[in-house]
Amino acid sequence: MRIAVVMKLVPDVVEELVLSEDGKRLERGDIALKANEFDEQALEQALLLKESSGAELTVIAAETGDVDEMLYTALAKGADRALKLVGDGLQDGIWNAQYAGILVDVIADVGADAVLTGVQANDDLDGQLATWLAAGLGWSFATVVSGVEAAGESLIAKKEFAGGLTANLRLPLPAVLGIQASPEPPRYAPISRVRQIMKTQSLEEREVTAPAGSITVLSLRPPEKTGGAEMIEGDVQAKAARIAEVLAQQGI
Amino acid sequence: MEEKAKAVELPSVTIDGVTLPAQWNRMFEPRVINQYDISVLEETTAIPGAESLGYCYQCGKCTGVCPIDTVGDYSPRKIFRRTQIGIPLIDSPDLWLCTTCRNCLRVCPKEVNMIDIMPAVREQAVLEGKAPQELLTAFENTARYGNPLGEAPRKRADWTKSAGVEVRIMSQLKAPVDVLWFVECYPSYHPRGKDASVALARILDKLGIDFGILGVEEKCAGDSQRMAGERGLFEMLAEQNISTLSKYEFETLMVTDPHAYNAFLHEYPKLGGSYKTVHYTQLLAPLIDQMGLSQEVPARVTFHDPCYLGRHNGEYEAPRRLLEAIPGIDLVEMGRCKERSYCCGGGGGGMWLDSFTRDHTSARLSEMRVREAIEYGAEILAVACPYEVSRFEDAVKSTGNAGRLKVMDISELLALSMGLIPMEALA
Repeated sequence: MRIAVVMKLVPDVVEELVLSEDGKRLERGDIALKANEFDEQALEQALLLKESSGAELTVIAAETGDVDEMLYTALAKGADRALKLVGDGLQDGIWNAQYAGILVDVIADVGADAVLTGVQANDDLDGQLATWLAAGLGWSFATVVSGVEAAGESLIAKKEFAGGLTANLRLPLPAVLGIQASPEPPRYAPISRVRQIMKTQSLEEREVTAPAGSITVLSLRPPEKTGGAEMIEGDVQAKAARIAEVLAQQGI
Repeated sequence: MEEKAKAVELPSVTIDGVTLPAQWNRMFEPRVINQYDISVLEETTAIPGAESLGYCYQCGKCTGVCPIDTVGDYSPRKIFRRTQIGIPLIDSPDLWLCTTCRNCLRVCPKEVNMIDIMPAVREQAVLEGKAPQELLTAFENTARYGNPLGEAPRKRADWTKSAGVEVRIMSQLKAPVDVLWFVECYPSYHPRGKDASVALARILDKLGIDFGILGVEEKCAGDSQRMAGERGLFEMLAEQNISTLSKYEFETLMVTDPHAYNAFLHEYPKLGGSYKTVHYTQLLAPLIDQMGLSQEVPARVTFHDPCYLGRHNGEYEAPRRLLEAIPGIDLVEMGRCKERSYCCGGGGGGMWLDSFTRDHTSARLSEMRVREAIEYGAEILAVACPYEVSRFEDAVKSTGNAGRLKVMDISELLALSMGLIPMEALA
């Protein structure tokens, strides 16, 4: 089996989000970016599949920021190849529909028969990548998956439904999977190993052209503050009286 | 395994003119220890840095001073013994409980050096994916954000906004300073760490010291990550800090954190970064006469020696000179003080292993220490390491002693006496 793991950078909300002057996008130069955490789950799931079934694993990311460290880290964790997609217009970020449009050809060239990517990301404004990819490739598809096993010419995917229900689905290859969670937490890549990989291996690059975007953002703004918590001060009597008052007011 | 040596049995034997009867002669048989399969011990001592584990001759002196043994079944002697009988240290919880406090090495006649053994074996464990998850989270945070707390790198100097005095950032200052203050992570981000940083900034300002900080350019010094087994991460951080420091001119590098002090004294020089490094207590102690310590701080105070300032680097006096200079303070020593000091539990990665350690010990070291301070009648536990304020304050609460013991950094006590922070801080 040849597995492609598609990763992307997303805004890191540890730092403040900065809007552009026209209020229609994040100011990409002023925000911090990190690997989408669900993509890291997808990578871990793929590594587990590789270990259990001997797959060849290629990690792919578009250069919508500095993706080198993310790709080298994936190699340090055990990926076989890392492919960086480069081209004009990527640095400003791309929508998932555009990313899927780019990836259809790339995945065909890589020769993958399974694509794993994160179930979602914090910047999914136009739908989720796995869904766009499955539609573009015309492959079998499951998303919100929390466990995958290889079974000959197919994959068994544990898919979560609402209300705590799960089902094991058999997907004939080729298939696209949106990974919610790997059975194991993403493994740690020791820095010495990442740095060794940076010295001894290089990233493959491929020039791509992004298709036109599918949505237009009219405005972005931070959520407005509504309400807040009341810290009840005073001695025990005063606190108890205030709590009783609040409960009475709320009719609880 | 070697075939068991066969004893030669004689009624008596004369050696160098001394006649030994048979029961004495038995002592010349190979000791039974040699018939063990010691391959697990040999695998461990083959790890570069871990050789000295094999020197242990089981005298047990370490067990008497090991802080972890007071809350668990633990000491270097026991670690050696378990490894000797075939329990691999690399797979054992024992590997992650040592706080690298150095008390065992102080008494070990064979120089079994846990300060080298622990990081060496832990590094191997990290490479093999065997480290506790919570520790790895701290490593990942440090690698991504330059601090183990996972806080925003761009907010590293935000504490200066509440300092009330000018704290200059080197990248904006573009001029040499006498003192470059390496603030470190907990003093930059932790609420109580920031209180101590504000106090220290005001003291430096009042003394007219020409100082600056690196601000967002500063990364974690990385020494505890090194001791916890992530040497690669330490080297990356050290290279980044050395590169940043090389851009600026300064006479003295002052650190708040004894762990950073240790790194700058012993590890950064190996990577090309040599600085005249002092702990802030060492910078301030000679300046006591200029400090204007006029306000009384009426309290019984005891001092917890940080392992990495005291035992690791021999500084016991500077913090005490400062505390003794504060009017009103009645300084009492705990039984375990100076080179025999207990440990707060935060060193060697312990800061990021709280859940793991809880599962394998009966109490936190910080809780034991807080109880000891209270036994000595202390009202204030004075500290000089940024790990300790948060650890001991939590321990005061978790041992049910809230309101009985206050934990304060020495810089806060000095600032109180200098009238630079309000006396309400004592309340």
